[in-house]
Amino acid sequence: MSTELTFSQIEKYAGVKTAAAGGRADILATMKTAGMRGRGGAGFPVSVKWNLAAAATGPDKFIVCNADEGEPGTFKDRLILSEYADIVFDGMTIAAIAVGAAKGILYLRGEYVYLLNDLEAVLARRREDGMLGQNAAGREGFDFDIDIRMGSGAYVCGEETALIESLEGNRGEPRNRPPFPVDTGYRGRPTVVNNVETLAWAACIFAKGAEWFNGLGTEKSVGLKLLSISGDCANPGVYEFPLGVSIADVLTAVGAENSKAVQVGGASGLCIPACQFDRKIAFEDVATGGSVIVFGADRDMLDVVDNFMEFFVEESCGQCTPCREGNEKLLEGVQMLAAGKCSMKYLKELCSLGKTMQVASKCGLGQSSPNAFLSVVEHFSDEILGRTEGSNA
Amino acid sequence: MLVTNRNILDQELQVLIDKCGSDRTALMPALQAVQRKYGFVTDFAMQKIADVLGIHPVEVHGVVSFYSFLSEKPLGRFVIRLCQTISCDMAGKDRIASQLENELGIKFGETTTDKTFTLEWANCIGLCDQGPALLVNDILWTKVTPQRVLEIIEECRARLSPHAIQGQEEHLV
Repeated sequence: MSTELTFSQIEKYAGVKTAAAGGRADILATMKTAGMRGRGGAGFPVSVKWNLAAAATGPDKFIVCNADEGEPGTFKDRLILSEYADIVFDGMTIAAIAVGAAKGILYLRGEYVYLLNDLEAVLARRREDGMLGQNAAGREGFDFDIDIRMGSGAYVCGEETALIESLEGNRGEPRNRPPFPVDTGYRGRPTVVNNVETLAWAACIFAKGAEWFNGLGTEKSVGLKLLSISGDCANPGVYEFPLGVSIADVLTAVGAENSKAVQVGGASGLCIPACQFDRKIAFEDVATGGSVIVFGADRDMLDVVDNFMEFFVEESCGQCTPCREGNEKLLEGVQMLAAGKCSMKYLKELCSLGKTMQVASKCGLGQSSPNAFLSVVEHFSDEILGRTEGSNA
Repeated sequence: MLVTNRNILDQELQVLIDKCGSDRTALMPALQAVQRKYGFVTDFAMQKIADVLGIHPVEVHGVVSFYSFLSEKPLGRFVIRLCQTISCDMAGKDRIASQLENELGIKFGETTTDKTFTLEWANCIGLCDQGPALLVNDILWTKVTPQRVLEIIEECRARLSPHAIQGQEEHLV
């Protein structure tokens, strides 16, 4: 079940042809007008990232497409890569012209290896069509090709510096930032790392115009966004909405009006209770990389947090202490709550630990892993406190 | 491993290195290829890869132990990875898990004594709208019900039977 996606109206190569007809400066100017922020979750302005990489000197630069879609509840990139792979590669090609890169890498998560053969076939066809290789897209002197590299089952590799470490043949442990990948990325060279959806929208922007894109959404969050919706709803699937859509409207579209809560942004996102369903999905309100998980009236929110905390305990890379130890402690706390053995005083200590992790962890994983725990404690304290052994809410 | 098999691995790695380059960025593709063909990465393979890439074997071991799809111990011919993350959990993954354990007579994290099946948990495999979901090697199964568990296992066994159409012999590259 999905809504009709804009991507289905975009012809392959259309964005690249428009972009290649202009020049680097034109592409950067168009992206600035479009005003798109990254679709992976962090929401960094795309034109700023491309500009920084374009300004860096030296010949070898890299465009990396982050297809390590590991956030629980996110599956839009799987859909994009299986049905609209061409416009993703279009986006990478446009980015390469803009920053002057000769090499693109698609980092595909190990779990999606079944997409590999089809993606390789698309790349082979693009080479035959002159969209990749020497003088790609008919641009004199623009030599650009794309390789696919596989991940091997590590959530943290969705973090851009961990992804680069993995490409370089290391453990997927995030680096300190700065320096940012735009000046010191893959092999120490300037590297643009963009999400699959970001690159696909970039191709749409050149196919349909920057004004079309920035006319949609809100002032601070322009454009359209794909949401992967799952959980307790009649019609789960990938949906397209303009940013700024209210959670209530999203729930109506998927047939989940009487929900108890919604997890927006995956395990690392926020748990929004029913009384806040008028909030908007946008960078200035509830931001998301695309994951929306719906909880029906009968869901035990403690089970939900337990599942998320187990996820983070397993997926923490173990490099920094707040994340490695903190997630263990929060999981232990959830289990104490479930057994009815957690005092209010200890719960407050756990919340304080969560807030410490948000500021002290090295990368986005540890900084966001306490979010679900903290928001459930905030909104559902009546449900999680004072349980008796063996019972749930 | 027999010496002849070691020689084969030597040659295969050389082909791989010729394709991916001989610096450390070739490490993940090399390990993934070995994992795919042999079902795990032996100490010998780690040593060999370290030699050809000019890095210490401990570095290779550090990478193998980090990634959940790279294994140091032999796995079954079919690795069944059941998604345990929230949407599949809410869709009833526990019943699927229990039925898988019943059919195979092993627990999660174990391999059958005939080395045919391994049961493992996976974290979110991106099929949240079609859960409970699982991967058998590279093959997807969605909306799995306890009744369909036997069907999944039978299908794997059918692929091993002498009457099955044999696929091409697997090569590293």
